[in-house]
Amino acid sequence: MKAIVTVMLKNGVLDPQGEAVKSALSVLGFSGVNGVRQGKVIELDIADGTDESQVNEMCSRLLVNSVIESYTLDIL
Amino acid sequence: MRAVVIIFPGSNCDRDMLVALRKSGADVSTVWHKDAELPQNLDLVAIPGGFSFGDYLRCGAIAAQSPICRAVVEHANRGGYVLGVCNGFQVLTETGLIPGALMRNSGLKFLCKPIDLIVETQNSAFTSGYAQGSKIQVPIAHHDGNYFVTDSELTALRDEDRVAFRYTDNPNGSVHAIAGVLSCNRRVLGMMPHPERAMESQVGSTDGQALFRALVGQAMTP
Repeated sequence: MKAIVTVMLKNGVLDPQGEAVKSALSVLGFSGVNGVRQGKVIELDIADGTDESQVNEMCSRLLVNSVIESYTLDIL
Repeated sequence: MRAVVIIFPGSNCDRDMLVALRKSGADVSTVWHKDAELPQNLDLVAIPGGFSFGDYLRCGAIAAQSPICRAVVEHANRGGYVLGVCNGFQVLTETGLIPGALMRNSGLKFLCKPIDLIVETQNSAFTSGYAQGSKIQVPIAHHDGNYFVTDSELTALRDEDRVAFRYTDNPNGSVHAIAGVLSCNRRVLGMMPHPERAMESQVGSTDGQALFRALVGQAMTP
């Protein structure tokens, strides 16, 4: 089974990379992009039956820095 | 004063840190990241700059989980001194010994240049050798030095006089132009600029000497 962890900067934390992507899109002529936030996806190949709480612990102890980041977890 | 410099895979300022401490009078050795214990009767742990574990995941995140970092946290909790410079500062925030986080520079570029700092507090073993409010020149060399703390944490840092250094010309977008932060007990300092690279006039500045001299001197007093 797989766990997909999507990590994003928290709202209110400035994302300079997202801002740079937004201005590059504008340079390319794409209008109407009001905002860009850049995050990352971490795909974990985990043993069948792994408890979701264990994956949450992986997130809080290593994968995500809760000072600046938030995450969503999807188990497939 | 007994000091160690920790070496992670990807550390690259460990020798500079070692030389700076030795020149300032410390009895200093190096410790490998896989070691689980620090030497006995240790006063100071220095975490050097570099790119530990290739900056994978987040800068300092993997190093903060290494066996030696558990020992560093215990050393700090016993009241031991810890100095983290550049990547060392990032490691300290990832261990939780220093609040906040270091994000990508606001201008997105790697910055490598001498910059001016204001000494915001004299009240620490690290900064007692400087005059309050004095301006010193120390180099920076980082891609992720944009210091972030929440508003309430920033208020606490300011109220408790725990901002050690601020940039005169905020180069990386740090909150309140913060370049260095002290722990609650004032014995752990994390800073992005490199005082160990400001020890010789031949390389541009000797303003780092006062930090190491004061630190080595104070830690030797019981």
